[in-house]
Amino acid sequence: MAAKKIAITVKVWRQTDQKVKGSLETYSLSDISTDMSFLEMLDVLNDQLTMEGKEPVAFDHDCREGICGTCGAVVDGVAHGPERETTLCQLHMRHFDNGQTICIEPFRAKAFPIIRDLIVDRSAFDRIIAAGGFVSVNAGSAQDGNNTLVAQHRAEQAMDAAACIGCGACVAACPNAAAMLFVSAKISQLALLPQGHAERKMRAQAMVTIMDNEGFGNCGNERECENVCPKGISIRNIARLNREYLRATLAANE
Amino acid sequence: MQLDAKIPQGDLAGKWDNCRFDNKLVNPANKRKFDVIVVGTGLAGASAAASMAELGYNVKSFCIQDSPRRAHSIAAQGGINAAKNYQNDGDSVFRLFYDTIKGGDFRAREANVYRLAQVSNNIMDHCVAQGIPFAREYGGTLANRSFGGAQVSRTFYARGQTGQQLLLGAYSSLMRQVAAGKVTIFPRREMMDLVVIDGKARGIIVRNLITGRLERYSANAVVLATGGYGNVFYLSTNAMACNVTAAWRAYKRGAGFANPCFVQIHPTCIPVHGDYQSKLTLMSESLRNDGRVWVPKQQGDTRNPADIPEQDRDYFLERKYPSFGNLVPRDVASRNAKEVCDEGKGVGETRLAVYLDFQEAINRDGLDLILKKYGNLFQMYEKITDADPSKEPMMIYPAIHYTMGGLWVDYQLQSTIDGLFVIGEANFSDHGANRLGASALMQGLADGYFILPYTIGNYLAQAGFDKQPVDDPAFNLVEEEVNERITGLLKNRDHNKAGTQPVDYYHRKLGAVVWDHCGMSRDKAGLTKALAKIPEIREEFYENVYIPGTGQELNQSLERAGRVADFLEFAEVMVLDALEREESCGCHLREESQTEEHEAKRDDDHYSHVAVWEYKGKNEQPALHKEPLRFENVTPSQRSYK
Ligand SMILES: Cc1cc2nc3c(=O)[nH]c(=O)nc-3n(C[C@H](O)[C@H](O)[C@H](O)COP(=O)(O)OP(=O)(O)OC[C@H]3O[C@@H](n4cnc5c(N)ncnc54)[C@H](O)[C@@H]3O)c2cc1C
Ligand code: SF4
Ligand code: FES
Repeated sequence: MAAKKIAITVKVWRQTDQKVKGSLETYSLSDISTDMSFLEMLDVLNDQLTMEGKEPVAFDHDCREGICGTCGAVVDGVAHGPERETTLCQLHMRHFDNGQTICIEPFRAKAFPIIRDLIVDRSAFDRIIAAGGFVSVNAGSAQDGNNTLVAQHRAEQAMDAAACIGCGACVAACPNAAAMLFVSAKISQLALLPQGHAERKMRAQAMVTIMDNEGFGNCGNERECENVCPKGISIRNIARLNREYLRATLAANE
Repeated sequence: MQLDAKIPQGDLAGKWDNCRFDNKLVNPANKRKFDVIVVGTGLAGASAAASMAELGYNVKSFCIQDSPRRAHSIAAQGGINAAKNYQNDGDSVFRLFYDTIKGGDFRAREANVYRLAQVSNNIMDHCVAQGIPFAREYGGTLANRSFGGAQVSRTFYARGQTGQQLLLGAYSSLMRQVAAGKVTIFPRREMMDLVVIDGKARGIIVRNLITGRLERYSANAVVLATGGYGNVFYLSTNAMACNVTAAWRAYKRGAGFANPCFVQIHPTCIPVHGDYQSKLTLMSESLRNDGRVWVPKQQGDTRNPADIPEQDRDYFLERKYPSFGNLVPRDVASRNAKEVCDEGKGVGETRLAVYLDFQEAINRDGLDLILKKYGNLFQMYEKITDADPSKEPMMIYPAIHYTMGGLWVDYQLQSTIDGLFVIGEANFSDHGANRLGASALMQGLADGYFILPYTIGNYLAQAGFDKQPVDDPAFNLVEEEVNERITGLLKNRDHNKAGTQPVDYYHRKLGAVVWDHCGMSRDKAGLTKALAKIPEIREEFYENVYIPGTGQELNQSLERAGRVADFLEFAEVMVLDALEREESCGCHLREESQTEEHEAKRDDDHYSHVAVWEYKGKNEQPALHKEPLRFENVTPSQRSYK
């Protein structure tokens, strides 16, 4: 389909840092090509604000192709916006109508403090991974790759889980701000593969403990996380996480 | 500037062994007395930081993004090479070495490339052990695919997300060391300059991107793993934050910059569609395994691709290069795409595109199998273009993708500054004038997991473990210079001043100049023109760029401005290097140097060397040094993919 030009109004969350209160500001944009990505629309807005002597909107982004997990905002109430399985950077303006008003807010969660405008601090995710999201193997100590056989469907399932980009949309969408989908994706990947088995129990316990300490909420089975996940991470992983965790707790009590 | 490549004694296969044996070792109990700074957390930086920490060194790891897991390496799609010969198709270390050196058009060092091929197998073993979900055969063994430029199947992959999975593997090892207390991570920090004391790299000045404050860090050695400079072209397949700043600042402190004009153009990217465009998206080269490249035979044929019958299509790669067909190396594929578009046969709205067609493969293997292989790429394409490649051919066009040039390093991966090591895409070492597909991931991880951890020990063992205080006058001086640069960028405080423009305006302008004159094909007149234009844009930039806000806060315009300022300086050296190299070679065609069939003609008599540029001071022409390349194990041949 050939590109069209549309005019839109955006309401964007503005907040200079963690300490001050933020608010929504309204801006008008004309001549937005429907072939533009959402972030390119924000680029245009920012150039416009700059030339008006105003502060541009701060937002995180890097790869702009849906893989680094840096971008993200809540668009009209939905983390990453209206397109299913699509990061904000891969959302295109053809999904919006001429004259539409679009509300853009940061990912909100207690564990993700706002740094500025749409930028939040997701370093809690790094600390969760540091707690156990790895296989303890030093460079140089591995055996030949083909000595570990992995059934194709297992490898595929592990890959499904490993596709998580760590964007945090699942947390932003969850009414309890739980990080279960994110944590379960890593736990599943490593539980499905033989390489992860030696540390299975330690991993489940350590990652869940840190998750709780970081201030993420509990899972209430609302499934909002799955609905917004840009990588289609399935809620079945949460069931697997629960099994892994239970197993670890039972074993610890033995 | 002395260029001693320090290539070890012995025959090709024994050099790395000899090097490791001759290198000094740091006593295990002493390793914890050394601090190492690693800038960058891509495949190279994350793997290096993790491995050095495993050995016992204290590592400080820096990156621009909010988490090390988000480095640009995450975007690599296609795969990683290793000489495993699991497919029993005749692969070997020597063959991988040969393909890489030939692919690089005989502009890389034999010894480095051979070592790369040697350690490729260790990389795969390690990555499998980390729990990376590589693609598998039904029997559970690792699967392979073949990749542009190779006639054996040696590329390992994890769907179309190999870079992501390898990076998350390296990141997980890194975070494990963070938990162990051996690595401290400093995300949202940008290296602004290098601190050299008594001729040795001893620290860095970084800008905290949240507070805007400058911070000082010292160490016994500094490692740059800061990636490539493809974004000098503005539009590229690189992530937005990719930059030349760290490398450029090191250059200005005495590190030689090698072969800056060697940039790779990738044939299969989604074509440009508007002037607001911020980046180009790569469609993995693996698509060329099943996709057929064609254009209409007739100029200006605007029929729907489905309405163009076979006899009116020109499968130009298959026609011109029957033995490699659609799998010719990237430069050949790119150049030919440009050529047919220049002849007026291009397709799509801009006429700057060719088709990549999966219909035959779908008919042959069924849609299910094709979607299994490329489903996520098809989806990505559809998201961006609103067209479904399983129903109509993709449109592709070449785009800037990778930079083979980078800081010069010796066999130990040390730059011309003592104690400054450079790894991954940031160095120049292994890909000559052109990089083969799936070799950058291999090189980044080779450097980080298996080479630097040994070679840095040799340096540290001799340099000693004295701590470097950060209140040294050298740190004051460098920080002062950084401050001045920032103030210079914030000079224009009036957004209403006539001629004022935001940062990206200048970046786009620079990008257009270098793409036009220093891209796929170059000639003297164009390069000379570019050399005149770049300083003009630079002047205009400093005069008129308007950056809102201050330096003492999170300021993304200022971040970009700093990077653009360095690109504006660097571009001149890149063009100068291109001007100096009057041969066609690897990725680029030099118009003046072609065969009668319009194929690239290399000139080994005059250019069989690495061109290394030395900074000589402000407003001074940089000095050119040459490291001659000697080929003792392969005979340079003119490449032919006919
Ligand atoms: C779209 C795409 C697909 C690709 N596909 C493949 C493939 O299939 N196979 C293959 O082999 N190669 C592929 N490549 C190439 C490959 O991905 C890169 O060459 C490689 O990942 C580079 O890794 P690196 O570690 O050297 O640098 P990067 O991954 O670029 O990391 C650079 C790091 O340095 C940091 N940094 C940079 N500057 C500074 C600074 N001033 N201060 C602080 N930190 C800084 C960044 O934050 C980042 O952490 C692809 C490239 C692209 C663009
Ligand atoms: S699970 Fe999905 S939504 Fe959550 S961090 Fe991972 S990719 Fe993002
Ligand atoms: S910017 Fe990388 S996922 Fe959106």
